[in-house]
Amino acid sequence: MEFPEELLYTEEHEWVLVEDDIVTIGITDFAQDSLGDVVFVELPEVGAEVVAGKAFGVVESVKAVSDVYAPVSGEVVETNEELPDTPEVLNTSPYEDGWMIKVRINDRSELDDLMDSEAYQAFVEDQE
Amino acid sequence: MLKTTPLNAAHKRLGARMVEFGGWDMPVQYKGVIEEHLAVRNAAGLFDVSHMGEIEVKGAGALAYIQELTVNDASRLVDGQVQYSAFCYPHGGVVDDVTLYRFSAEHYLFCVNAANTDKDFTWMEEVLEEGDFPNVSLQNVSHTYAQLALQGPAAESILARLTRVDLKAIAYYHFQQGVVVDIPTLISRTGYTGEDGFELYCPPEQAERLWDALLDAGAADGLQPVGLGARDTLRLEKKYALYGHELSAEISPLEAGLGWIVKLDKSPAFIGAEALRRQKADGIPRRLVALTMTEAGVPRADYPLYVGERKVGIVTSGTMSPSLRVGIALALVETDYAAVGTELTVGIRQRRVAARIVKPPFV
Repeated sequence: MEFPEELLYTEEHEWVLVEDDIVTIGITDFAQDSLGDVVFVELPEVGAEVVAGKAFGVVESVKAVSDVYAPVSGEVVETNEELPDTPEVLNTSPYEDGWMIKVRINDRSELDDLMDSEAYQAFVEDQE
Repeated sequence: MLKTTPLNAAHKRLGARMVEFGGWDMPVQYKGVIEEHLAVRNAAGLFDVSHMGEIEVKGAGALAYIQELTVNDASRLVDGQVQYSAFCYPHGGVVDDVTLYRFSAEHYLFCVNAANTDKDFTWMEEVLEEGDFPNVSLQNVSHTYAQLALQGPAAESILARLTRVDLKAIAYYHFQQGVVVDIPTLISRTGYTGEDGFELYCPPEQAERLWDALLDAGAADGLQPVGLGARDTLRLEKKYALYGHELSAEISPLEAGLGWIVKLDKSPAFIGAEALRRQKADGIPRRLVALTMTEAGVPRADYPLYVGERKVGIVTSGTMSPSLRVGIALALVETDYAAVGTELTVGIRQRRVAARIVKPPFV
């Protein structure tokens, strides 16, 4: 199971890559493993507002529908347009090709609520 | 406390993700639902279905009792034959769908759904007590059987390596008792995947040996253990009903498209015949259809269906088809809107997503 060091993480198993005021968001290796084969992804439109703690999209496995929650608030500036056509990329490359959306954040203090790699790894180990 | 099959430890050793099903601790997947599904379609898969129930009916009066209990005509069975059937309530709803095995004129076995075993046995006892059926004995023998299903185009050649029984001589929906490895096994050419294959009934204490022997014998052909996740996608692609979804106390076999197993002319009439005759005469109000998404989306059980603004039905089972890579579903739709080719929309969260009724099976 992978927990890249440069990322921040949420308890709902999303990851965040911070680059100035643009963050990239996806789901973690633990999330894709728990979901099983991903068959469908629903992403918001560019320009949509996301709110920390609220669902911004949906990931569907063969058997179930799962909400994906925004770790931070802001405006969606880009979405991964390849993802809806190849949802299985979330399983094979959750941290790279499986990135979901990029958001321009409006409140940097929200990043303080996120876990670093070590804390997230401990959190996941507690779950199991 | 969840019930476990004799293969519980074997599943965990194989890395299965376990899930609760009908009160049992069962494997939902090993390597992944899609990979397991495709293995069954292209090579072979091995399922633990030991959670299913088995109920024995014996005695000189067995056939007469079974004829009242079930919708299909059991008098057509010969020794060694299997029949798909159902028990109905007097109002025409379904108690369970079942397979019926005839060993001899005075010895039958029902295989019933895992979640319904106790309910079915209680129902059978009530029917026996309330009717006039001398010389019938019932026994719930579920604990004396483990069951494995070996399914896929390579199933026969894999099983042939482990038995001297002439498998080619066992026709579809027939069975033989024989020896596999050194294990007494009921070999039934039946299944829930739509592929050629066998359901193998054996003593529970031998199940793990049979499981290991089959996986070993089939390794070179690509035989994989397959969980309940793929069991569901496989049956759905073939439009096989699942009790609790396409069949229930509120859904009649006529609505579910199972008219072909309902012998309304059976005399004396079976339990539910009068209600079903009435339903047929009045016009069946809704029908089970197969539908395919024509826009991206995954239909799921309980999603509503619309033609224009009118709600016309509800999804009973849905998934992303691993074979077709498109969303597919079974749904109960008002008869006026149930024709093949009908364009409708599925309510998926806030959107209406386009779909079309197609001629089944999907695959």
